Amino acid sequence: MSEVIEIAERSAEYLAYWETLNCRFPEADAVFDECIREAKALLSPEGVDTYIENARFIGKMGRGVEPLLIYLEEAPTVASIVGEPILDDIKDFCLFLSTNTNFKAMIPFLQSLAAVTRSLHSYEQLHHYIDILKNMLDKTTASVHGHHKTFPSPGLPLLLEQAPRLLRALSLEGFKNWVDYGVKYYNNHPERQKDYFCLQSPDAVAVMQRERHGTLMIDHERQLDLYLRGLWQDHDYLVPYSSAFDELRKPMPYYDKLGIRLPDVYDDKDGVSGIDRYRATLAHMAAHRRWSNQMIVDNWSPFQRVAVETFEDSRVEYLAIKEFPGLRKLFLSLHPIPNEDDLEIEGESMVRLRLALLSRAILDPDFEVKHDDIRESVKRFFIEMEKDGVSSSDNMASLALSFTARTRRQTDLSPKIYFENTEVDYRDDNRHLWIYIEQGDDEETQFEHLEEQRQDDEVNALPPRHYHEWDYNSQHYRPDWVSVYEAIHPAGNVNVIDNILDKHSALAKRLKAILDALKPQQKVRIRYQEEGSELDLDVAIRSLIDLKSGSQPDMRINMSHKNDGRDIAVMLVLDLSQSLNEKAKGSSQTILELSQEAVTLLAWTIEQLGDKFAIGGFNSNTRHDVRYSHIKGFSEHFDNEVKSRLAAMEAKYSTRMGAAMRHAAHYLEAQKADKKLMLVLTDGEPADIDVEDDQLLIHDTHQAVKELAAQGIYSYCINLDPKADEYVQDIFGKQYTVIDNVDKLPEKLPKIFMALTK
Amino acid sequence: MSNEAQYTIKEEPFYQAQGDEIELYEAAYAARLPVMVKGPTGCGKSRFIEYMAWKLGKPLITVACNEDMTASDLVGRYLLDANGTRWLDGPLTVAARIGAICYLDEIVEARQDTTVVIHPLTDHRRTLPLDKKGELLDAHEDFQLVISYNPGYQSLMKDLKQSTKQRFTGFEFDYPSEAVETAIVEKETGIDHELASKLVKIGAAARNLKGHGLDEGISTRLLTYAATLIKGGIEPKAACRMALVRPITDDADIRVTLDHAIETIFA
Repeated sequence: MSEVIEIAERSAEYLAYWETLNCRFPEADAVFDECIREAKALLSPEGVDTYIENARFIGKMGRGVEPLLIYLEEAPTVASIVGEPILDDIKDFCLFLSTNTNFKAMIPFLQSLAAVTRSLHSYEQLHHYIDILKNMLDKTTASVHGHHKTFPSPGLPLLLEQAPRLLRALSLEGFKNWVDYGVKYYNNHPERQKDYFCLQSPDAVAVMQRERHGTLMIDHERQLDLYLRGLWQDHDYLVPYSSAFDELRKPMPYYDKLGIRLPDVYDDKDGVSGIDRYRATLAHMAAHRRWSNQMIVDNWSPFQRVAVETFEDSRVEYLAIKEFPGLRKLFLSLHPIPNEDDLEIEGESMVRLRLALLSRAILDPDFEVKHDDIRESVKRFFIEMEKDGVSSSDNMASLALSFTARTRRQTDLSPKIYFENTEVDYRDDNRHLWIYIEQGDDEETQFEHLEEQRQDDEVNALPPRHYHEWDYNSQHYRPDWVSVYEAIHPAGNVNVIDNILDKHSALAKRLKAILDALKPQQKVRIRYQEEGSELDLDVAIRSLIDLKSGSQPDMRINMSHKNDGRDIAVMLVLDLSQSLNEKAKGSSQTILELSQEAVTLLAWTIEQLGDKFAIGGFNSNTRHDVRYSHIKGFSEHFDNEVKSRLAAMEAKYSTRMGAAMRHAAHYLEAQKADKKLMLVLTDGEPADIDVEDDQLLIHDTHQAVKELAAQGIYSYCINLDPKADEYVQDIFGKQYTVIDNVDKLPEKLPKIFMALTK
Repeated sequence: MSNEAQYTIKEEPFYQAQGDEIELYEAAYAARLPVMVKGPTGCGKSRFIEYMAWKLGKPLITVACNEDMTASDLVGRYLLDANGTRWLDGPLTVAARIGAICYLDEIVEARQDTTVVIHPLTDHRRTLPLDKKGELLDAHEDFQLVISYNPGYQSLMKDLKQSTKQRFTGFEFDYPSEAVETAIVEKETGIDHELASKLVKIGAAARNLKGHGLDEGISTRLLTYAATLIKGGIEPKAACRMALVRPITDDADIRVTLDHAIETIFA
């Protein structure tokens, strides 16, 4: 009955719309008038018609009242932002969802639409967004036996819930990459897919971080560090904190004993680039570090503290600008311009506004304040500052206290606080200013000046180093994908190695003969020089005879010397995976034993040559545990300690070669040498148990070889796998040798090395 | 004698003393002690020696050392002539003959075996054996040997032997203090005080970055280049970028930082 009454109350126009909607849901009826009013305000008459027409359609889809209600509420806003044609796109997508198994995603889609629209702004972008969703849905909806699409996409509803947040931080392009990544790697794991799309997994966060827009701190850390050192003669750790996940309490920059905390990303703002915003923040903090003193604040009220803060911020900025006048422009463009007229607003606490006015007036000479007390305080500030040029934090505190006393109002205690244009976001939270003597109930109270009783955890192992891994499918790196743990290789019995050297003493003799021929001749004579250190008598006499006999003499009668030394650094990387324990074909020894002999001889050879030389071994047990063992460092000689480590060589687990090579390369890169050579001794292709696609690690290793080449490191593979021809060329190009007769390895390895470095 | 005349410094070079180095040098010269001047590039080492040569009224023979320089480049060599060969004195021999101050600039650039030839000249013997010519040259009584080197880019390969180091008295130079450097830039180029002090401030910012990607800070010499450009009517920021930043680094991060320093200092 109530329906009849309400319809009776509707005007003829609204009634016509209601009839077009042709809907019997009482819930819809309840909100209809409100929605139509909004729609009429935001849309053209044709738009309203389409709106109602589409609503009717959605109402009749048979998926309950909820989609209709959300559509009625959200659609006018969306259409008013990006244009009315979007209404049909929304309807089409809803239809698409409702006709397949993913109909449940319709509600989150409609719910998030308005928020998404606010980030995307244009029809094209929103259209593109819907395409991305369709694409994602297509790939993640599971089909059984390839016939029916039966299982809805597990990730889609979660993705839609996260979409507004994602799009606030990412461009649409970045959003697409993020979605694609999730689809690609978690398509086979519904649960992990869910974790990814609701931003729970570390991967999801890492990839989102990579795709963010704006200026990332990690990309500019060095520049910022240089800025701090160069202009401020200051130095501290710069630690990023994430600004993407705290929606309610926006963290502020700050510094403490552990370093300077900065947001991980700054977007350009008001024509100031992200990097300049970082610089402004750093400049402000550096100025605090140079000029601020700590103050005891137990007796100050929160209002007084805020005032002291503002005065002190203004003071250090005043001093910073005196030192670097260009900072004024930067600070001015970042400092909000508070609206003085709002001081008149009733029932709100204006403490922040008054202080923002004051701060702006100090910073900006052209900014005029009508409020007498503020003007007076600005004047007193400048008098104070000009007295001795620096003033002090305590002087600022007394100025601030009197300012608070003079400007106090009844309304200051009001729970409603005026925030608009009062937030100076490049300033830090000033926690370094305060000292508390008595313990308060304030959670943030710090007692840093008191003795700290913290115990540091004993660090036994080196922390892991993370390396990217190349994914050839998507042609990009997976960020920080592999963890490499480095440890010193355990020691064994030295005699083993000495016995090997004895056993091969005949070979060693032959090698020695080759070595002598290879030893660098330190001085080489260069003849026929026009200018040189000495007269080359033979040539000089010949020229003189020429001259006397009237023909043209050769003027190049001098000679000089030049040094021709060897300057090579070699890194030998040993594959220590399980397969080395197998017996070599036609031999009584395992590949591991043969490798051991070969490496011993090679190490002996290189030691004789005097080249820089290091040995490392690696194996892996999934990407989380790649072990790199240090056998010989560049600064160590081939002495008993190294020999004992070599003697203890053991083979287990798998072969994640790319990460090991990248890790070894960072040592080699630090060496100073004309030529850098990385020898990789392996018995098979790169593989690991957590990788199903056997091409993946091959491509990754190839990518590592390319990276090394870019760093000036020549990599060379010595492969003991008779079937290596199938892949080794893909990885190392032409820089490889396959040794079929593993028995000969001890002899061949040093020879290969010498041939390479001749 | 014409030989000697070409090595004489005719006009007073501008040199701003940073301490008592002038008196110390005069004392060293009075005893004809060999002198070594150390310090980063462009801080006024060569200018100081030039100034002292002028002040003492002695000719100055400067040799810029390099890796390919050999002993005969210093001592002399035989050249071909219509009648056979002819001996030509090298700069060190000339200086020892005419009684000049011989200034070996950046001596570590020369190879160590080369620098050994100066040994007999730098102890009580004060002689230079010309073994190829079969002559033992006694140094003129006014002769003095001065070397300079820059410990800044010393590598393992580029250092002086102890036996060489211990034949010299030493002066350590560094970039002048802010006030002195401002005065130098002002006096040398004639720009005003405020501009000069801004240039010096940029120099200081760069010197703080030494060891963090910069091998050497911005030298006083480069500061005067920048000032000269500004004097010539170039816009200060552009002049600074051209004279102070581009020459010293190829590192993008440092370049950006220094460019920013210029922006903030020339607001």
